[in-house]
Amino acid sequence: MAVLETEVREGVDRETVETVQAMGGKYKYGWETEIEMEYAPKGLNENIVRLISEKNNEPEWMLDWRLQAFKRWKLMTEPDWALLNYPEIDFQDQYYYAKPKSMEEKPKSLDDVDPKLLATYEKLGIPLKEQMILAGVEGAEDAPAEGRKVAVDAVFDSVSVGTTFQKELAEAGVIFCSISEAIQNHPELVKKYLGSVVPITDNFYATLNSAVFSDGSFVYVPPGVRCPMELSTYFRINAENTGQFERTLIIADKEAYVSYLEGCTAPQRDTTQLHAAVVELVLLDDAEIKYSTVQNWFPGDENGVGGIYNFVTKRADCRGARSKVMWTQVETGSAITWKYPSCILRGDDSQGEFYSIAIANNYQQADTGTKMIHLGKNTKSRIVSKGISAGKAQNTYRGLVTMHQKAKDARNYTQCDSLLIGSECGAHTVPYIEVKNNSARVEHEATTSKVDDDQLFYCRQRGMDEEEAVALVVNGFCKEVLQALPMEFAMEAQQLVAISLEGSVG
Amino acid sequence: MAAPQPKLDPLAARLEGLSLPKGAAWATDAREAALGRLTAMGLPTKRDEYWKYTDPSSLTQAGAPKATLFDTGEAPLFDAVDRLKLVFVDGVFDAALSDSFDLEGVEIEQISDAMSHDIHWAKDVYGVLEADGQNPVERPLAALNTAFAAEGVAIRVTGDVSKPINFVYLHRNETSDAMLHHVIRVEKDAKLTLLENGPAAARFSKSMEVDIADGAEFHHVRAQGRDHERRASTHIFTRLGERSVFKSFTLTVNGVLTRNEAVIDIRGDNAVAHIAGAALGDGATGDFHHDDTVFITHDAQHCESRQVFKKVLRNGATGVFQGKILVKPDAQKTDGYQLSQSLLLDDDSIFQAKPELEIYADDVVCSHGSTTGAIDEEALFYLRSRGVPEGPATDLLVLAFLAEAIDEIEDESLREDILARLEGWLERHGS
Repeated sequence: MAVLETEVREGVDRETVETVQAMGGKYKYGWETEIEMEYAPKGLNENIVRLISEKNNEPEWMLDWRLQAFKRWKLMTEPDWALLNYPEIDFQDQYYYAKPKSMEEKPKSLDDVDPKLLATYEKLGIPLKEQMILAGVEGAEDAPAEGRKVAVDAVFDSVSVGTTFQKELAEAGVIFCSISEAIQNHPELVKKYLGSVVPITDNFYATLNSAVFSDGSFVYVPPGVRCPMELSTYFRINAENTGQFERTLIIADKEAYVSYLEGCTAPQRDTTQLHAAVVELVLLDDAEIKYSTVQNWFPGDENGVGGIYNFVTKRADCRGARSKVMWTQVETGSAITWKYPSCILRGDDSQGEFYSIAIANNYQQADTGTKMIHLGKNTKSRIVSKGISAGKAQNTYRGLVTMHQKAKDARNYTQCDSLLIGSECGAHTVPYIEVKNNSARVEHEATTSKVDDDQLFYCRQRGMDEEEAVALVVNGFCKEVLQALPMEFAMEAQQLVAISLEGSVG
Repeated sequence: MAAPQPKLDPLAARLEGLSLPKGAAWATDAREAALGRLTAMGLPTKRDEYWKYTDPSSLTQAGAPKATLFDTGEAPLFDAVDRLKLVFVDGVFDAALSDSFDLEGVEIEQISDAMSHDIHWAKDVYGVLEADGQNPVERPLAALNTAFAAEGVAIRVTGDVSKPINFVYLHRNETSDAMLHHVIRVEKDAKLTLLENGPAAARFSKSMEVDIADGAEFHHVRAQGRDHERRASTHIFTRLGERSVFKSFTLTVNGVLTRNEAVIDIRGDNAVAHIAGAALGDGATGDFHHDDTVFITHDAQHCESRQVFKKVLRNGATGVFQGKILVKPDAQKTDGYQLSQSLLLDDDSIFQAKPELEIYADDVVCSHGSTTGAIDEEALFYLRSRGVPEGPATDLLVLAFLAEAIDEIEDESLREDILARLEGWLERHGS
């Protein structure tokens, strides 16, 4: 790689260059953990649904809920409206449940967790120790220690390995645990909210998830509580031919605040793997949730072999007045991305924001965007989407902004920018705009262009090689979204932007 | 999995009583091929993605719903323009009301005559551009028109025509169900201005295929309107050669349902395509639903396309815009622009838009903008504080809003004619 020989010249951020060197342009998380696994039989039928429920020791009502979803799913057909092209998925050729043998007995504390698992997360840069900050986050040391703690729920294939800082969070009244534990310990909350934002009938993948989800995270922030630290879930797919179906449910009660981070990686394999998650956010009066994702599933190799098929349903329901939700996503991984984090702005004066960077390189295909459904008065939403296509990739923004008749004085601003690097990729924009009252104001702008020659020339002239220059320009293009990320993620995301574009120039 | 059931029954009902018009072998082939396409596609329904915002059922049902005639008392549009007039009454050509076909630099024939010749240039246009335009989005109503339209004209332009040709569509029968199909070829470096106006029929299906050769220019100004209960489904299919120019403007007022589809295929380098529309709808004088659906394909380099669509809606009127710019892999240096705006004058009116970009070339500049909102209170206050009463002040702001679309009409006197129509409409629908 050219960068290795590159001397660091004046004007080039030394750190940037070193980071790029260190990462070497390869998918960094492509290794796998050798660990003995326990699988459910391959394929999907009612018995598998029962088995998953049994493994999680679930009460009867939960099993009924799953079975109802499964019954519904059998009647549904896979949607084909997205601008995605992939071979038909054989839903019978998958494992729906895989868990490390050592997790047979649920560990009582982090100290009891299989060291191999702990090592896995250590290697991923997410040590499951109750330390002050995430490793590798530079500059964080200077921040006040109190504010920089991050609690982690680590999900390995189908099960949650452990959750850090549970005790400290409990003192603040915050419940942060795996969803399987929540079903056991907080059934009243789960019963009340699970499926209330994304009903089991919602869509093909969400319904599948409702039937077979194995684990995921659960957060409840009680009224008036500002969650004392960032919460984070780290999803790792390890086993082969195994689908991961996680379910996340976050409830911010009145005047509560929580910032939640989500990260995901998977080993490099020749076969594709399925991932279908559902995330539900519930916001009551004056609540605020910040949900940030850095999605870095294995994207397939440079010839388009392997990779994760990522079909995700994420939705926030701003039920309360003046509630606020912010989705920020950096999508760099996955061979196929099908994901539309949405906001239902039901409460008066509620706000929804969506910031997205989607990068598709090689043969990746991304069809992603958001829905802003304005139902309440004075609701506001803002969409900033940056799509970058390189190699032979296709990148689509698909979004809906709808202003219902009662959404008086609602506002929306949408900006979708696409950047093309190379002549074999595609960038597409498919916005739907529906306005049913005249006090609502909707503005939509979209542009598509290539990396500006003048900017590139400027950088090259100052001694950067072409890849570095492109990475710099792209980082500038994404700045608006990167700034919306919590610091823990901003750094990683910035590096990812550079890495994902490796080999896209020349 | 069982094959989906073909949507044959509504189609059979729609086709009842229709027969393919007779003609030369090639003409019959073209019509039969169109019927084949239609049968394969079936009629559109509200469940089709492309008809998400417009219900096509009144366009696909067997008979035309009644449309009462409406007299605005205005002088016919373009009466003062020096033009060659071709008149259709309820979709049937009326030779007595029309001018003679003699005009230098242009050959005019009725489509039935053109299609009776064994050898005719129209063979390369009739149904050909329409068939091309069926991909990637199906347009069954256009195939229906190609198969069954017996009326229309074939125009071949060989020079710079001294005056515009004007299609005048008179509506006299309250249940007329008209189908017209025009084919136009503008030969190399030739130039034509085409005007269209009139409510046409209770239900009007019109397809126009325009083949614009290298260096040729085609200018089009159209006014649809008058009768509140009329329905129209129109298609323009055009193919642009090198350095050619296509400019089209449409004014729409009134009409319970109007769907205007434009399919613009830019094949030659350095070509320019502009399409614009202004629509005014007032639900108080009858339902109003107006749909502009545009699909522009850039398949050549250094080309420019521009879409400007403005709608003013009130009292429960509905406006729809579906616009798409598709840039093919080698269409480098494309400049694509798309603007759709609507002004909602009250809470009952609805605007729905789907402005799409699909881009496979990297060295392009494409952008679109779409805004929706109420009239600017501050601007209104400004005018009122200077003594302009609310009604006229609103009208003034409406005109200012529409100006950007109307400015797309190049010819100043035509622009004035259209503006006068607009002002007349605003007066009748006083704010």
